[in-house]
Amino acid sequence: MEVLYSPPETLIRTSTHYCPGCGHGIVQRLIAEIIDEWGIRGKTIGLAPVGCAVLAYNYLDIDMSEAAHGRPPAVATGIKRVHPDKLVFSYQGDGDLAAIGLAETIHAANRGENITVIFTNNAVYGMTNGQMAPTTLLGQRTLTSPEGRSSSAHGYPLRICELLATVEGSSYLERVSITSPENINKAKEAIKKGFKTQMEKRGFSLIEILCPCPVYWRMGAVESMRFIDEEMTRTYPLGVFKDWEKIAT
Amino acid sequence: MTEKVILVGYGGQGMMLFGRLLAQAAMLDGKQVTFFPSYGTEVRGGTACYHLIVSTEEIYSPVVEEADTLIAMNQPAYLKSRDYLRPNSLLLLNSSMVRREDNYNGIEVYEIPATEIANELGNVVASNMVMMGAYNYIKKLISIPLFLNCLKQTLRGKKAALYEINKLALERGEEYLKNAYLLKAPTI
Amino acid sequence: MSNKHLMTGNEAAAEAAIQAGCRYYYGYPITPQNELMNHMAMRMPQVGGTFIQAESEIAAIYMAYGSAAAGARVMTSSSSPGISLKQEGISYLAGSELPCVIVNVQRGGPGLGDISPSQADYFQAVKGGGHGDYHTLVLAPSSVQELADLVYDAFDLADRYRNPVMVLGDAQLGQMVEPVEFSRPPRTYFPKKKWAITGAEGRPRNIIKSFYPVKGELEEFNLYLQRKYQKIEEKEVRYEEINTYYSEIALVAYGTCARICKEVIRKASPLGYRIGLLRPISLWPFPKEALRNLSERVKAFLVIEMSAGQMVEDVRLSVLGRCPVHFYGRTGGGVPSSKAVLEKVLEIIPTVSAGPLEMAEMGLPPKVD
Repeated sequence: MEVLYSPPETLIRTSTHYCPGCGHGIVQRLIAEIIDEWGIRGKTIGLAPVGCAVLAYNYLDIDMSEAAHGRPPAVATGIKRVHPDKLVFSYQGDGDLAAIGLAETIHAANRGENITVIFTNNAVYGMTNGQMAPTTLLGQRTLTSPEGRSSSAHGYPLRICELLATVEGSSYLERVSITSPENINKAKEAIKKGFKTQMEKRGFSLIEILCPCPVYWRMGAVESMRFIDEEMTRTYPLGVFKDWEKIAT
Repeated sequence: MTEKVILVGYGGQGMMLFGRLLAQAAMLDGKQVTFFPSYGTEVRGGTACYHLIVSTEEIYSPVVEEADTLIAMNQPAYLKSRDYLRPNSLLLLNSSMVRREDNYNGIEVYEIPATEIANELGNVVASNMVMMGAYNYIKKLISIPLFLNCLKQTLRGKKAALYEINKLALERGEEYLKNAYLLKAPTI
Repeated sequence: MSNKHLMTGNEAAAEAAIQAGCRYYYGYPITPQNELMNHMAMRMPQVGGTFIQAESEIAAIYMAYGSAAAGARVMTSSSSPGISLKQEGISYLAGSELPCVIVNVQRGGPGLGDISPSQADYFQAVKGGGHGDYHTLVLAPSSVQELADLVYDAFDLADRYRNPVMVLGDAQLGQMVEPVEFSRPPRTYFPKKKWAITGAEGRPRNIIKSFYPVKGELEEFNLYLQRKYQKIEEKEVRYEEINTYYSEIALVAYGTCARICKEVIRKASPLGYRIGLLRPISLWPFPKEALRNLSERVKAFLVIEMSAGQMVEDVRLSVLGRCPVHFYGRTGGGVPSSKAVLEKVLEIIPTVSAGPLEMAEMGLPPKVD
């Protein structure tokens, strides 16, 4: 019988701990698909964060390390310097990357550290039950902004791609979403471009992926996808923010 | 033989180089040495204090509590470090910048206008070598050729031009001491 | 003679790391350990290694974590406030069983404190410092030469036990210039680390982690760690005993304080006082057994520290009341003078002895080696 479809080898066949409707499963699967397609399982090293994706190493059949909250870019730096010819990526959420680990993020970018950051932005701290993240939208209700995020009390949503675009050392920055098959394909291409940036030793790449968190957004799965398309992308417009191929040198 | 020296001056008066060269030469001469800076938070201009111990035996505490020799390059440094003196200490003062405050019982004091001598030579920074010349003439701690060799090793590249003036300063210090105090070189 | 180099302790520690095959160093400036970092910045490019001035001490320890996970010999260094920042990372290193060498050139605390010599990070170093049931091997040199030697050894210990090793110095040791000889062979070959993450080419994947969310797993892992620590306690205790055989009073001190104590013994010898010194070289594992044995022979201990009294607690736990344990310390950047220590000794002597003995009565002249 002809096999028409099979899940990626690199994706370990197990049930995940992610909530129904969560975006992590989709993103991790995309990573696994790329590793399979390019045949780079033995050349890839991944970093799992602290946060909902803490157990990412249970789902990807590659060498992986955990990193403390906010520190994946520093750990990735240490790994990449030892194995400059391996593909090193960190997988990070918004609390990890944009709050506690912002210094590590900016400085890894500024050093032009040749790593790829997969940044899942779901505008909330999921693992700790739904507190406000640096990327939480204005008006969005969370456990620590029960009346909705207000700029006067909580500051503004932090736009990471825009921020890092001002950092000279960054090479490729793109924001994508996974709200439709078309967007998922685009997200996959973006991750590929990030990996390619690294493999060609072009320096720091970061792919920001707008992800749904139906549980802590208190929405259904479909409604969450619609929320991303209609609300979230107004604060976080999709697109390429920096591309080394388009920068005249 | 153990010689415990306190070197004090403003940061920038060359006490660091003085001590390090002395330590280097003593080490090459087969002696035990420790050299330890204890300075304030200022990088330049503050008081810099260095503890140097040269010994033929193992050196235990690297901290000088009582100095065999105190070499002071300026007034505040001198006043701050007088407590290191004990009977029979040797005190060398840069008299261009230090006014001797009192007469110590049993302390051998020599006043050398090191800054003026160095100025005459055209480089005020060489005042440390003037003091070194005077000091070593009294204590005979190390051989001058060995010291000059260390100096040459240190003053390399752009600084190589400074070697001659430092060497001259060393000789002037020794000369001044001989003339002013008519000393016969003692041996220790 | 020509093999001797006149170096600061900081520089010697850096050079020794390079001789031990360390090719990755990550640091952040802080006085009084800057010479270490500066030396690494100069030397690493010469030997094909990596030097990064990190954005913080936290980033530095996690870069070290990354290189350790990747299988390399790696070092970071700092001084007290910076070491506090690294504690989370040290806990993670211990929890992930990663070999890493950390140099702490201690300065006065708490808070910003000052830049003077101190031994007030003893508790932090030997009792954990970070969170969780873990230990870091802690080595305490007392000369520039020993600092170099222990840094060299630290890399082997770290690899052998897959554990972070701290070399605990102080501002005095770091800044002090002494002759040092690098007589050990430069290391270029190391046993392969099968657990390291290198890309899982042709083998099952490796995972570096300290997270055990399944009930019971973490306890099991901790019990395994404890068995490892027990083995370290059995095998890696280091100390030096001087003049203790005929002594009534044993001084206990490490690092800079131990050298001051040797000076005290030298000063006390002509007076006929029988004073010995036990100098712990490994602070964890602590020389408990040696102290216990010594407590059978001496009449009192005097612990000397540049702290308000930290190691003295471990001495008391080792001696378990068999004889009195006295303490003299200077804190906040103060360094004990040999004079003050000797005065303290003379204060204690009447409580344990009939007074100074004649040389002839002792049978042997007091020996200081």
